[in-house]
Amino acid sequence: MNYGVVSQEQLEKIDEILTEKLIKIGVDCVIIIDMAGNIITAKDNGTTKYDVYSFAALAAGNFATVDAMAKLVGEQEFSLLFHKGTDCNIHFSKIDDELLLISMFGREISLGFLRLNVVETIEQIKKLWARD
Amino acid sequence: MSFINLREKIVQVKIVYYGPGRGGKTTNLEYINRKFSKQIQSEMVSLKTHGDRTLFFDFLPFDMGQIKGYELKIQLYTVPGQVKYNATRKLVLKGVDGIVFVADAQEQMREKNIRSLNQLHENLLGYKESIFRIPLVLQYNKVDLRNQGIPILPTSVINKDLNSKLKVPYFEASALTGYNVPETLKKIISSTVVSIQKKLL
Repeated sequence: MNYGVVSQEQLEKIDEILTEKLIKIGVDCVIIIDMAGNIITAKDNGTTKYDVYSFAALAAGNFATVDAMAKLVGEQEFSLLFHKGTDCNIHFSKIDDELLLISMFGREISLGFLRLNVVETIEQIKKLWARD
Repeated sequence: MSFINLREKIVQVKIVYYGPGRGGKTTNLEYINRKFSKQIQSEMVSLKTHGDRTLFFDFLPFDMGQIKGYELKIQLYTVPGQVKYNATRKLVLKGVDGIVFVADAQEQMREKNIRSLNQLHENLLGYKESIFRIPLVLQYNKVDLRNQGIPILPTSVINKDLNSKLKVPYFEASALTGYNVPETLKKIISSTVVSIQKKLL
């Protein structure tokens, strides 16, 4: 995996996958971050604006904390996380050891439908890394 | 590790303020947040306890403008200084590009500074980084307390304690009044950018 510097071509393909699989089904905002809190890419539906940089820092910390909790109860990891709100929900899913996919979505999408699409998105992104 | 987005020409750089508890790491960031509000587009994030001590980290994104056509986004973090929170300190150090070590110049803090610096060394080794290689600036904070009759270590002494092997840039400072806070920040940003450029070329 070419990590640290991602090529323009790779990013464009990832953005295409995110738009096709997640934004088009109604996800408000989707971000890929690394575990250090850097943003690899962020896509939104054009109407919602989040402070993605602060979000990435907090999400990386959040995921690392949950990872430490998993170890305390004897789990290797908790590979997905879900926070439920009234109008906005956040879903975190690990792409690999270094990368995390975060989706923010409203009441229109069911969690199950989102999870299916997240799994497919991650498979496609992984294929992309493998090919390059 | 810094992250470089070639398409949008953005470089993200992670700088961590490290040091013993109640040494002034958060106060550094608070001063920067007030002083450079034009370059800071979002709110400073602070995860702290009821007693106002940093529990996890503070986070302040800082726009440096363009360098060689790339937009530089500096992400400033602090760690919790209390001894018991080392697991958290380690987490925050992940992917760090540059470090400001904020030492407390009060005489009574002499040993705590040394311990904290030693632990930074160990924590970096855990990420296969070295305190001798990573861009580092030392800040001897709270020198303003000298005027209030509080015993402050002479810079020569604290420098011998912490910097005799490292030989990195250092500043006497007062995070509360802002004395040398921007200078510390400028120095660590320039050392970090130079180091990233070297890695890339």
